[in-house]
Amino acid sequence: MIAHLTRRYRFSASHRLHSAEMSAAENQATYGKCNNPHGHGHNYTLEVTVSGPVDPATGMVCNLVDLDGFVEREVLSRYDLQNLNTVQEFAKLVPTTENLSVEIFEILQRGFQMAHLDGVRLEETMMNSFEYVGPAEPRK
Amino acid sequence: MVYLTRKAEFSASHYYHNPDFTPEENRRIFGKCNNPNGHGHNYTLEVTVKGEVDPRSGFVVDLKQLKEIMHREVLDAMDHRFLNKEVPEFFTQIPTTENLAIAVWQRLDTKLQQAKLHRVRVYETPDLFVDFYGEE
Repeated sequence: MIAHLTRRYRFSASHRLHSAEMSAAENQATYGKCNNPHGHGHNYTLEVTVSGPVDPATGMVCNLVDLDGFVEREVLSRYDLQNLNTVQEFAKLVPTTENLSVEIFEILQRGFQMAHLDGVRLEETMMNSFEYVGPAEPRK
Repeated sequence: MVYLTRKAEFSASHYYHNPDFTPEENRRIFGKCNNPNGHGHNYTLEVTVKGEVDPRSGFVVDLKQLKEIMHREVLDAMDHRFLNKEVPEFFTQIPTTENLAIAVWQRLDTKLQQAKLHRVRVYETPDLFVDFYGEE
């Protein structure tokens, strides 16, 4: 019996969307207000979905304490109340929520071993959300 | 193919305990959820069915019928109950959100006539939910 478990987390961070490969005018045209040199912030909501057989002894796909601990240690403490442009992976990569979704997926994919990672969904605002389920898997 | 989702809410209490574990193991694995007096949640249930739209009615499923089945099979049995003590599935299984989603699926799957059950989603809190799609 495969079940899919989703947990929601919150963090707040600032960013500026700016590509070194574009001229100032192109950056302005592409990113608009998000290109403001001083940056701006969001309250992000992260959804992490994992799946696997339900362990008959515990009734669980994975222990939430393990998932919460991993996300807290590897994701939230990395991004919460930070300027994303100053975080290593965004030194050259534009910290759009698309790219942030992929980075978070990859952190989980590399390090979280307790269940299969289905995907991540990241809400930048109540109006925008982004999902990443890995390079090839279709979305359920 | 059209997918239709109906929501419902119920409130219930539960606790997590495996009689095969020692008291120490139960506490370590289940933490605060192991308190034998139980604790409660406001659950939200989302039932998604799928099917072709009937050309005469324009419906995938008669919503009134779906609502009645959800009430009869799930809410009447679980709303305002202590799941471990009052719902037979949980006399032997631990009433985690995972097992709850599976139990709801099993209660509904055979009862639906027109449309096919696609997904059962159970929210234990707004920040935790489980999806079950039947045997995968």
